[in-house]
Amino acid sequence: MSSRDTILQRLRNRTGGELTAPECDFSVLKRPDWTTAEKLDMFERTIESVHGEVHRTTEAGWIDRLAEILQSRGAQTLLIAKEHEIGKALKTATQNREDLPQLLVYDEPVESWQEALFTEVDAGITSTRGGIAETGSLILWPSVDEPRLMSLVPPIHIAVLKASELYTTFHEAMHSQNWAAGMPTNALLISGPSKTADIEQTLAYGVHGPKELIVLVIE
Amino acid sequence: MSETAQPTPPQSAHHIDVKEFHPRARAAIHNPQIRQNFRKAMDGLMTKRKSAFEGWDLEALRDLGANIRLRALANLPDLLEQLEQKLTENGIKVHWASDGDEACEIVRDICIARDAKTVIKGKSMVSEEMELNHYLGEHGIEALESDLGEYIVQLADETPSHIIMPAIHKNTSEISQLLHDKTGTDLSNDVEYLTANARLQLREKFMNADVGVSGVNFAVAETGTLCLVENEGNGRMTTTVPPCHIAVTGIEKVVPNLEDVTGLLALLTRSATGQHITTYFNMISGPRKADEMDGPEEVHVVLVDNGRSTIYQDDELLDTLRCIRCGACMNHCPVYTRVGGHAYGTTYPGPIGAILMPHMVGLDEGRHLPTASSLCGACGEVCPVKIPIPDLLVRLRQESVDGDKLHPAKVSGHGAKRGAMEALIWKGWSWMHARPGLYRMGTSLGARFRKLQPGKLGGWTQYRTAPKLAAKTLHERMKERSQ
Amino acid sequence: MVDPIKMYPAKPSKVYFYATCLVDMFYPDAGMAGVQLLEREGIEVIYPEDQTCCGQPAYTSGYHDEARAVARAQLGLFPEDYPIVVPSGSCGGMMRKHYPDLFKDTTDDVKAAEIAGRVWELTDFLLNVCHIKLEDLGEPTTVAMHTSCSARREMGVAEVGPKLLGQLKNVNLVEQVRAEECCGFGGTFAVRHPEISGAMVSEKVDTLVNTGAKDFVTTDCGCLMNIAGYAEKNHKPMDGQHILSFLWERTGGNRSKP
Ligand code: SF4
Repeated sequence: MSSRDTILQRLRNRTGGELTAPECDFSVLKRPDWTTAEKLDMFERTIESVHGEVHRTTEAGWIDRLAEILQSRGAQTLLIAKEHEIGKALKTATQNREDLPQLLVYDEPVESWQEALFTEVDAGITSTRGGIAETGSLILWPSVDEPRLMSLVPPIHIAVLKASELYTTFHEAMHSQNWAAGMPTNALLISGPSKTADIEQTLAYGVHGPKELIVLVIE
Repeated sequence: MSETAQPTPPQSAHHIDVKEFHPRARAAIHNPQIRQNFRKAMDGLMTKRKSAFEGWDLEALRDLGANIRLRALANLPDLLEQLEQKLTENGIKVHWASDGDEACEIVRDICIARDAKTVIKGKSMVSEEMELNHYLGEHGIEALESDLGEYIVQLADETPSHIIMPAIHKNTSEISQLLHDKTGTDLSNDVEYLTANARLQLREKFMNADVGVSGVNFAVAETGTLCLVENEGNGRMTTTVPPCHIAVTGIEKVVPNLEDVTGLLALLTRSATGQHITTYFNMISGPRKADEMDGPEEVHVVLVDNGRSTIYQDDELLDTLRCIRCGACMNHCPVYTRVGGHAYGTTYPGPIGAILMPHMVGLDEGRHLPTASSLCGACGEVCPVKIPIPDLLVRLRQESVDGDKLHPAKVSGHGAKRGAMEALIWKGWSWMHARPGLYRMGTSLGARFRKLQPGKLGGWTQYRTAPKLAAKTLHERMKERSQ
Repeated sequence: MVDPIKMYPAKPSKVYFYATCLVDMFYPDAGMAGVQLLEREGIEVIYPEDQTCCGQPAYTSGYHDEARAVARAQLGLFPEDYPIVVPSGSCGGMMRKHYPDLFKDTTDDVKAAEIAGRVWELTDFLLNVCHIKLEDLGEPTTVAMHTSCSARREMGVAEVGPKLLGQLKNVNLVEQVRAEECCGFGGTFAVRHPEISGAMVSEKVDTLVNTGAKDFVTTDCGCLMNIAGYAEKNHKPMDGQHILSFLWERTGGNRSKP
């Protein structure tokens, strides 16, 4: 018999007999309805407590803010998506302004430019599928247009979040977006920059992923 | 990366005699550095956990956690089949392993089929259970740990001393010295500097690795999703950068619904490190699609039994399988805090190890594990899924001495601890205490002749004075009073 | 582990007093204090003469047959439905929580469960059933308190001791760091793992001494003999007493209530 069948058979024929499944009451995870402003405050507090940076901005002003942020870090290159409106807007913007870094588009399989991705990209910008106020988390569903490594490999990850897409809890977000109906190949909650406390519980950022996580909140 | 950076294969747990708990514990207790490292770390973790749950109805949340796990276990075989089906639909290959060796072979065969020479690993306690690194090393495949703590432990040729923070037994200067000796990093107590250096060395490895091996925190049956909880990003790297990802997981990790994950995640990170959430919660539901730019082209899951289906047979022992590996029981264990993780000599140390490992190594090998507890109950009090750890410790103590004729022992290696002398003492004790007249006579005589009480009582008086028998027992005083 | 909600009975006219073997042999004063405190509250105390030991040492050592034999000898001691009060969280926990397990699948299962439901830790009983009001007659003093792990976690009475001491106006209760940590007694644990137990009690004594208090009180004789025994052997300035003895002495012993 295969190991699969042996294992399943042992589990099915357990000597203790059939087990009864208890009810699960998820109400303890629910929170009262918060206004968008309350959610944003909460989100900001929580993500900043784990070293994330939040900039409140607007549809009209976010590129200016982004340029400032990147300049202050001396970023030379910024990785963008090809199709997403964020990438497009940036591409248009560079045509008549000098203060943005060189834009790189992630439109080829990583194998063809892995070395460059790992060593030459200073920052990456992605969209989000919303945020979670309670835990200060960003929801990302990487896609063909915004591949997984955009938010992981560059030392600075900039995420654009619409304040109107903030949820109170993970539980609420998952239900509202009906995740159970189908998951992408990869989905992420990101709550701050990469960090470790493996050396004597001392926090250090950017151990493997981004050292900085910057959230541009569009109000 | 310099030549010296090549780690030697990790010390195999095979070389550790689990039975030798006492000498290891003694050595740790008399090592002030170990004592201090653990005390400091555990104090910090306990404080953080407490504040992370502020404002929560913790009892209700733990009830939810327990019920989610119990519900999953109640339908375990069906859920595993559903999980297998969903994963397969998603393009993930599913393998089943009865024990650690079979799981190792599966990983090795996948590597061979891909002509893989180097494996990069994310944190996985199941792979420690399997002693995967050692096995792959023997088959000419280099396995490198990428979680910073695991990396440190591997460089030191040690095993993890904690399931969440593998290098918790070392302080900064010890780690600095180690990194200096093994990788040429300059000596420094600047943690940022040490971390940045490790980043550089490991990025190189990520780019060149042929296979990534990770663990799994929760496997969701309804969507065929593997969930990984981590802070560093090495888990994401491991599961994204190499062309092949192999996830190894115990069969008990499956839960029916995505919703279940929200409850368990809320408990896991707060219990483990006092974080509201970890930096990354990574949900993987398939390999790279044809038009995607990155991600592994192959994803495998190895479902490992390794004793779990045996634990599953018994209604009481079954609770062991609720565990979500948060480590809170060890963080709060006064024994673990004193002796550290290595004293146990097992993959999982502390209270969870004491109730789990006897099923993996046998209760004969692991006979001391359930005794390494004062039954203070701190572990059960903090366990996010309400495992009655102290009760399970008592159950295993009973099994290790075959102490209950009504409920014959079941765990392999049971009875190994039953010594003729000790059994006789308890028999005598029982005989006397079940006979009130005799008991009264004995205790009165004791009181009368208390001057003859021995001043030395084995291990007790090594540290304390002997308890002093009273001149008159309470029985005698109450009797006099009533007359 | 703690009962989610405790259903305290109304104050009864009689109780059974289950002293425990440690109190019987080593700390009869604590037992007498407990009896007298109850009597001062107007409760008649019945002391079943045939009581010996709850069976816990054998139970936690895995010798369940032997534990059951001893425990069975206790089951007949409480024929009326009066509450059973125990001056120990540990033995109380054994009876309340573990008797039902121990007698599962035996003909005594119903009886064991019935008795278990009547067991109360004595300080809890004084505070929450008798609603005792203590009048402090002692000199000003500072004490620390160690609540045993079983009192804290099995009997859920961590709040009780501090509340009782709080009624004593001249007593300054100080809290040691890591108050909730085990003192290292653990019954046969202290003998099986002397070094670990020794390390635990040495830290417990250090934290107690660091409070500045010279005395501590505790709910359990096991902890008392462990902590005080360590302090004595190692010449640490820390004396211990069972909390019942302390309460009785502070409130003037037999002096009738004001
Ligand atoms: S037994 Fe409970 S506390 Fe210990 S690791 Fe498992 S889930 Fe966490």
